[in-house]
Amino acid sequence: MREIALHILDLIQNSIAASSKKVFLDVNEDEEGYFVFRICDDGKGMSAELLQKIRDPFVTTRLTRDIGLGIPFIAMSTEQSGGHLTIRSKEDVGTTIEAAFLRDHLDRPPLGDLAATIRVILATNPDLQFIVRYRYGNNCFEFDSLAAKEILGEEMDFSFPEVYLWLDAYLKQEISKVRNEQEATE
Amino acid sequence: MKTLEDLKALREKLKSDIKVRQNQGTKIIIGMGTCGIAAGAREVMSAALDELAVRKLNDVQVQQTGCIGMCEKEVLLDVIRPNEPRITYGNVKPADVKRIIADHVVNGRIIEDLVVGKIEQES
Repeated sequence: MREIALHILDLIQNSIAASSKKVFLDVNEDEEGYFVFRICDDGKGMSAELLQKIRDPFVTTRLTRDIGLGIPFIAMSTEQSGGHLTIRSKEDVGTTIEAAFLRDHLDRPPLGDLAATIRVILATNPDLQFIVRYRYGNNCFEFDSLAAKEILGEEMDFSFPEVYLWLDAYLKQEISKVRNEQEATE
Repeated sequence: MKTLEDLKALREKLKSDIKVRQNQGTKIIIGMGTCGIAAGAREVMSAALDELAVRKLNDVQVQQTGCIGMCEKEVLLDVIRPNEPRITYGNVKPADVKRIIADHVVNGRIIEDLVVGKIEQES
């Protein structure tokens, strides 16, 4: 994966496949020298046995073939960048993933297009509550899809063309605002 | 400057479109497993959502699916028009999406050179 945002999209697909109703994504550009993201879901979780072997590419829950590369990819990427991947999970409660990369490591992938990752998740999962927090220094952007949907009303969601275009512009605006404000202080 | 308050105005504006949405329209399904994402599924899906938004095609639904085992042909994009076979396009690039929507989704002409599978209607 060329971007951290693509890893995030891939991992949230796991949350969705695990029947999560609520997913929290926290992205922090600089946490004491580390780039860190955390995904916390309320999906069906994993047994201690599955959790223990989840980094093995020949372990997967899917039925089409016996290979699952999502977790091994992100584990490799964090380790190559002097970071770590921590997964905690409890059956019927949910899963929390924390991925950390040394911020200035040569092998750390760029964050990439976080707005695209968020809008694609929101447009195709209308019933998911998706909470996003993007932090950089003292600047922060928070978005809660439930709060936005309350304004939007029951009958509409983010897949509506005009709502989708609004979301696209709004996310880009807010993310670059956080970035610009931080860069102005550096 | 966009704010959350804009959604209130959109809600009023789009009230009349909601009825259209409830009809059984065409579906576009994109493979979003690890293989699909690594091959560019996010950009293909963005291109599809953008194109539908530009054309104001309210009654077309975009959905995602996991890996179906044809990883080498990702990005996979399926089009299901009501009462027609499900067509699977393979090695789809964002640049192909406009053509798929214009020719197939809107006008019902299958783009043969991109097809990798065809399933007769399940139901």
